[in-house]
Amino acid sequence: MKVAVIKYNAGNIRSVAYALERLQVDFSITDRHEEILKADKVIFPGVGEASSTMRYLRDHKLDELIKALQQPVLGVCLGMQLMCTYSEENNTKCLGIFDEEVKKFIPQQKEKVPHMGWNTITTTDSWLGERVNNQYVYFVHGFYVPVNENTAAITQYIQPFSAALKKDNFYAVQFHPEKSAETGQKILESFLNLTS
Amino acid sequence: MLAKRIIPCLDIKDGRTVKGINFENMRDAGDPVALGEKYAKEGADELVFLDISATQEQRKTFASLVNEIAHHLNIPFTVGGGISSIADAEKLLEAGADKVSINSSAVYNPDLINEMAKAFGSQFVVVAIDAKKEVNNWVVHTHGGKKATDKRLFSWALEAQERGAGEILFTSMNHDGAKQGFANDALEKLHHALQIPVIASGGAGDYGHFMDVFTLGKADAALAASVFHFGEISVPELKTYLRSKLISVR
Repeated sequence: MKVAVIKYNAGNIRSVAYALERLQVDFSITDRHEEILKADKVIFPGVGEASSTMRYLRDHKLDELIKALQQPVLGVCLGMQLMCTYSEENNTKCLGIFDEEVKKFIPQQKEKVPHMGWNTITTTDSWLGERVNNQYVYFVHGFYVPVNENTAAITQYIQPFSAALKKDNFYAVQFHPEKSAETGQKILESFLNLTS
Repeated sequence: MLAKRIIPCLDIKDGRTVKGINFENMRDAGDPVALGEKYAKEGADELVFLDISATQEQRKTFASLVNEIAHHLNIPFTVGGGISSIADAEKLLEAGADKVSINSSAVYNPDLINEMAKAFGSQFVVVAIDAKKEVNNWVVHTHGGKKATDKRLFSWALEAQERGAGEILFTSMNHDGAKQGFANDALEKLHHALQIPVIASGGAGDYGHFMDVFTLGKADAALAASVFHFGEISVPELKTYLRSKLISVR
């Protein structure tokens, strides 16, 4: 199996690569279209700001490429948000794979934004694996995807939001599996073990 | 529910962990990667690696060490010590650090906080503040606590937040090393003053001190070094203890 990690102007791509390395997976970090197209699995990671990364994706024609992928694709953090239709972060039009809008966290009482640290997930879809329900994973984000029909896991912070999504061959997590200790490792393995 | 974080801190000099360490089951407790992995396995939520090297030559070792840590560690980690420019921070980001902490350099050049937050995002920028209570003022110190400044803890923490810091790491110099508990009064005040998370440091001596820092001090995370390194407090037992006190931990 060969995994392509999409290379673009976002942080933490290396962290995802190191996690794959620990899982002894054959992968490459690439923005070459043919390499991404022929990979068995694609990971779309990201930490950063929505509008500048979308601009980069469009400039490199990666936006159309990602939308058209047929193999299992995993969006991570900003990657997941960019797979939605629109983000309130600098009013950004996104890829539109998931028919949802990304919203900004508004603190209700004494909650701090960004939502940062370890929080639990309640899985509502089996793709994340059976052993991770109610386990802690690591989050860092100031924007969120509301709970919707494609939600695969829910986390509660200020209000319930989508910790994971799934639609057709597209999978996404708001947290960082590459930084979520053994639980994160299990989730990455579940994605890598999916049969397309 | 968002968990309270437990953060062991490792001091690094010339690529090796310093401070006496007496782990029985480790072949090489001076190896920061092995020690970091051990803490991660035991359930530490994050780690801080602080470079206390004195020379430029040793600092170079640190960046390659950070890269090695990034390859092995499956939890987030912060690196600090001697970071005084965007270029310094970028080198560590490139090496794989999740966050950097800046201390003296931010005091003398507060714009550095804005620049770093803009370049890498607030989540990457931890502003560390060493402060000492003198009469009624918490006086901010730099250079490892050696130099008093005209800055005060609460106003400086607020300024750091406004400039784009993602977290404040507050070390009480009065409490550091005394093992009598954290500076809970000041921490609670910081909690109410700030919108960003506060990491408490200085004063951990027993399990109860961690409960107090979360309940009284309202800290989001607690950092300690020697109690963990000397095995006086074990991370798994600390988590079990806190859970029994109904504190949300991973």
